[in-house]
Amino acid sequence: MGDNLISVNNVSVNFDYQENFISKKQKIHAVNNINIKIKKGSFFGLVGESGSGKTTLGRAILGANKISSGNVIFHDDERDYDLTDMNKQDLKEYRKKAQLIFQDPYAALSPRMTVRDIIAEPLEVMKITNSRQETDERVRDIASKCRLNIEHLRRFPHAFSGGQRQRISIARALVSNPKFIVADESVAALDVSIQADILNLLKQLQTELNLTYLFISHDLSVVAHVCDVVAVMYLGHIVEMGPSRELFKNPKHSYTKALLSSIPSIDPEKRSEAIELKGEIPSALNPPPGCVFRTRCPNPGVDCKGGEINMGLIEVEPGHWVDQCCAL
Amino acid sequence: MSHLLEVKNLDVKFDTDEGRITAVENISLSVDQGEVLGIVGESGSGKSVTAKSIMKLNPGNTSYNEDAEIILDNENVLQFTSKQDLKKIRGGKVSMIFQEPMASFAPAIKIGAQMVEQLLIHKNINKEEAKSISINMLKRVGIADAEKRFNQYAFELSGGMRQRAMIAMALSTMPKLLLADEPTTALDVTIQAQVINLIKDIIKEYQMGVIFITHDLGVIAQVADHVAVMYLGSVVEKGPVNEILKNPKHPYTKGLLQALPDINNLDAPLSPIPGNIPSPLDRPTGCVFRTRCPHHNPEGKDGKIEMKLIEVEPGHWVDQCGIKCGQNG
Repeated sequence: MGDNLISVNNVSVNFDYQENFISKKQKIHAVNNINIKIKKGSFFGLVGESGSGKTTLGRAILGANKISSGNVIFHDDERDYDLTDMNKQDLKEYRKKAQLIFQDPYAALSPRMTVRDIIAEPLEVMKITNSRQETDERVRDIASKCRLNIEHLRRFPHAFSGGQRQRISIARALVSNPKFIVADESVAALDVSIQADILNLLKQLQTELNLTYLFISHDLSVVAHVCDVVAVMYLGHIVEMGPSRELFKNPKHSYTKALLSSIPSIDPEKRSEAIELKGEIPSALNPPPGCVFRTRCPNPGVDCKGGEINMGLIEVEPGHWVDQCCAL
Repeated sequence: MSHLLEVKNLDVKFDTDEGRITAVENISLSVDQGEVLGIVGESGSGKSVTAKSIMKLNPGNTSYNEDAEIILDNENVLQFTSKQDLKKIRGGKVSMIFQEPMASFAPAIKIGAQMVEQLLIHKNINKEEAKSISINMLKRVGIADAEKRFNQYAFELSGGMRQRAMIAMALSTMPKLLLADEPTTALDVTIQAQVINLIKDIIKEYQMGVIFITHDLGVIAQVADHVAVMYLGSVVEKGPVNEILKNPKHPYTKGLLQALPDINNLDAPLSPIPGNIPSPLDRPTGCVFRTRCPHHNPEGKDGKIEMKLIEVEPGHWVDQCGIKCGQNG
């Protein structure tokens, strides 16, 4: 297990759902039987439509959602942490090492705190530093790494633009010196011109601070640009996973193909080549049996139409895994 | 032939506690029947304010300049003051589709009731007719079970469905001009592709003019015939879509294109446009883009060159300072 930082083994996350107090309790199958390994120093991308379970999986890996079955192992230098079997002390340690960057930089920062206090809060809550002076030093250090102006630390978030706010959120996530970062749609709310800047910053910090990312996004072109490994999720399942160049050049699953063709091309002469997917993602309350994608699949095989093929990944090329329904 | 919509020399200013803000300055645009005009730009570039001016939907602290004209169907919208006149444009001749369909439907009124209500205001018909028009329109935009959806609330519909219902509602009064303000931004790519195709079909079918606002140049390439690139309240470049995307002249247009991650060219570095869009409170004099321009035109640097569009190719207009910058790099 030398070079993996995170191992996700057969993880499922279910939520209880009850429409009203007399109706029967049901289960929402948000994430189903996921196996992924995130290598140290990798930029692991997770893509899919809304409702595919990407955020739930990301939060489960951080210990913010309860895992219903399976386990998540965090391989630290000295020891392994098992997220499903952790005492409070361990969880505190883990929280220092794994952090989250949110989507909306406008909602994620308290308007009543100065930038300095926002970035310093994790240090104070986790009792990492011992004196105010030490805290200030760390805040200044990480702020300059995130290309924030040190003189701006006394200001309040309202004085900053979206891109600057996102840099503040990044600084806050990095101040405790974590090894693993979950970036949940961290550039989705930004303009393209600023999005490129934040992506470059994340890349640069990765090499500078030895970080490993789980990058959650619905934007395939962004993921293709920054990630080295990509997993495509649909309705709680990973349907295809592989090295990003290989996966985008040579997609095997019909869902990945449809997603790729749906990206609007910048060339006005290439109009409407999109493989149009009919309808929308089904409810996770009662997902279709067998291949979950078959209700929208543009070219379903005879077997999978009836839901007789179970979900399961097959390795088609070294490191390139595809759900067996489309791989066959 | 006169245009369906013609905006001439429009300035829009807001009076706020911090002073008078120039949101839009000296904009001239035109839209013909059956044509899609795309407006692109970052947040804060004045895209939405321009569109809202056409329906006079900007808030009470807005002032327009006196020599501005917004000619829609041979009438100057800016001179409309009476409720009767405004009703003609708001939802009558002009309809708008918003970005967040959840926020644009009233949450406690059924979708059908909202559709019928606006039809009764704008058309001389009774409730039964309005209902059948609404249901037909819901069917037209691809909503299955239109009769059932008619009696549901907005929260019962998924995001893509809500946006379809929004489009159905905007189209049911048969407007001549449709303003689409980031209609696909909140949607997933697969649903976005569905909605874009739907809008394109409908434009063809009803021959209406459309202003399509977005920050996504990919979407523009897919839907628009003409494009106007806005920055800080000014149009810096405009022209036919092919010309603008393949042969951009202004450094801002070039910057937007380079910042866009292209899935077909993964080796290209992502180059952001340096700096931030300045606050409209301290709008730069002269060329508005000069504070972020990568190759400062020495004359444009101190703000001595006024903003002025010049025709470089037939129909392709570029700000004069930007032409010089473009030649430098």
